[in-house]
Amino acid sequence: MFRNQYDTDVTTWSPAGRLFQVEYAMEAVKQGSAAIGLRSKTHVVLGCVNKANSELSSHQKKIFEVDDHIGVAIAGLTADGRVLSRYMRNECINYSFTYESPLPVGRLVVQLADKAQVCTQRSWKRPYGVGLLVAGLDESGAHLYYNCPSGNYFEYQAFAIGSRSQAAKTYLERRFENFTGSSRDDLVKDAIMAIRETLQGETLKSSICTIAVVGAGEPFHVLDQGTVQQIIDTFETAAEQEDPATEPDAATGQEAAAEQGTAADHGGSTDEGAAPMDI
Amino acid sequence: MNVSFSLNYLQKPFFIIFNVTHFSFNQTFTLPPFFHLFLVRFMALKLPQNSLLGSQSDSQRTLYPYVTGTSVVALKYKDRILMAADMGGKIDGPVHMRYKSVERMKPIGKHSLLGASGEISDFQEILRYLNELILYDNMWDDGNSLGPKEVHNYLTRVMYNRRNKFNPLWNSLVLGGVKNGNKYLGTVSMIGVNFKDNHVATGFGNHLAQPILRQEWHENLSFEDGVKLLEKCMRVLLYCDRSAVNKLQIAKITEEGVTIHQPYSLKTYWEFSTFENPAQGAIGSW
Repeated sequence: MFRNQYDTDVTTWSPAGRLFQVEYAMEAVKQGSAAIGLRSKTHVVLGCVNKANSELSSHQKKIFEVDDHIGVAIAGLTADGRVLSRYMRNECINYSFTYESPLPVGRLVVQLADKAQVCTQRSWKRPYGVGLLVAGLDESGAHLYYNCPSGNYFEYQAFAIGSRSQAAKTYLERRFENFTGSSRDDLVKDAIMAIRETLQGETLKSSICTIAVVGAGEPFHVLDQGTVQQIIDTFETAAEQEDPATEPDAATGQEAAAEQGTAADHGGSTDEGAAPMDI
Repeated sequence: MNVSFSLNYLQKPFFIIFNVTHFSFNQTFTLPPFFHLFLVRFMALKLPQNSLLGSQSDSQRTLYPYVTGTSVVALKYKDRILMAADMGGKIDGPVHMRYKSVERMKPIGKHSLLGASGEISDFQEILRYLNELILYDNMWDDGNSLGPKEVHNYLTRVMYNRRNKFNPLWNSLVLGGVKNGNKYLGTVSMIGVNFKDNHVATGFGNHLAQPILRQEWHENLSFEDGVKLLEKCMRVLLYCDRSAVNKLQIAKITEEGVTIHQPYSLKTYWEFSTFENPAQGAIGSW
């Protein structure tokens, strides 16, 4: 992305037919810390990497409960994400009050997308700088949607957004065909493993990640740290046993490709300690 | 607004004639006894035009129903709903007239049936609201649809809000439907009272039909038994309700959709000996 004469205003087209401000907004999403989502037929799991300003501060809240049957994970400008979550909660509660029935996720997502589109077509506004992974349940089953600042939305079986999300995406691409039939616990495990991919070698602890689940008979809720740490422990020990066996051959090829992918993604910082660019 | 009135002390009720020059029409209102006394004090108060109870704004809100339908009776049977209502629309006034082909039950969307008693024009207004609701619901085109529970609660909100503005939709509604195998039957009154039950009725039906239903309704009625039970209720209503008309429709809601049958009449029996010879037990009286 280079500065050019068509990027000052969101209402200015470039000769190539692009709206640069919108694309810059999507860059903001790529700079935020990772969030992933995956779904089976009956459950959806959201996970995110916790980001703290400094060692002294608490981490930012990136997963929001919107209703009993809908939750959202954000990546990008957290303030924008908070405002949009409030909008979603409002819509859900109004629908619930009028119809005594949960708002279908698909409709909420379209309303969100229309709201984002407005900001791409007014000269006095700017696009929301946040990508939203909306997880929800309705009559037709479990759904995972991604809403981007451009006002587009897509439905996914599994997706990852934010910095170093390519590693998670690669992991998910390998496994996604099995997700439909997965049990809830397997889905949570897969989510944590996908998060581990984005950490690139940093030790996986429950304080670094947040996991939330919604499913049939299970309202949306964030798993507490103890539960998450237990799940991490179960497969950390399993991984240690597996390591010498077959993992290296399959893994190194993938990891090399993944590392190249992430290096191109955000300018090559593989140094875990710094990361000042992440929002 | 120029108001003049004259009082005719002709038995009860009192007649008061308003000459409203602002709108230039004459309208005769029938008021309950002694109401004119209240009105005199009320007029002397010189209330602002927009006051909630001001006379000018009275013409903007519902005060009385004019063309009304009588009871609607409905019950659940097996996996479906049955509803019955007659086809009468009665005008109250010096001349008692009736419309005899008023359809007081209408399907709503794919899953529900709405029956109404009370003011027919308000029922038509409600149908307009619901048409718009269903239209927007269909326009989403996403596999989700509003079921009977959602429509029932939407209606409750509408009725309650209108009541709060002192401008009610003068109806008692019965909403029944089946969605995803679940049957639903509920009612909303003109003041927003709503509840669900296995069998409901409006108006006179509450007093005449519900006792029969409480005795004889059970969980696994067949279609024929359900219809017989409804006919029994409607027959009692026909005998005892002055507003009833002997032309009724039965409607059935199943998972597949709504069927409103052709109207028909009930057989009645009037050969009671007291009808044939009313003076039998009271010689010399009239």
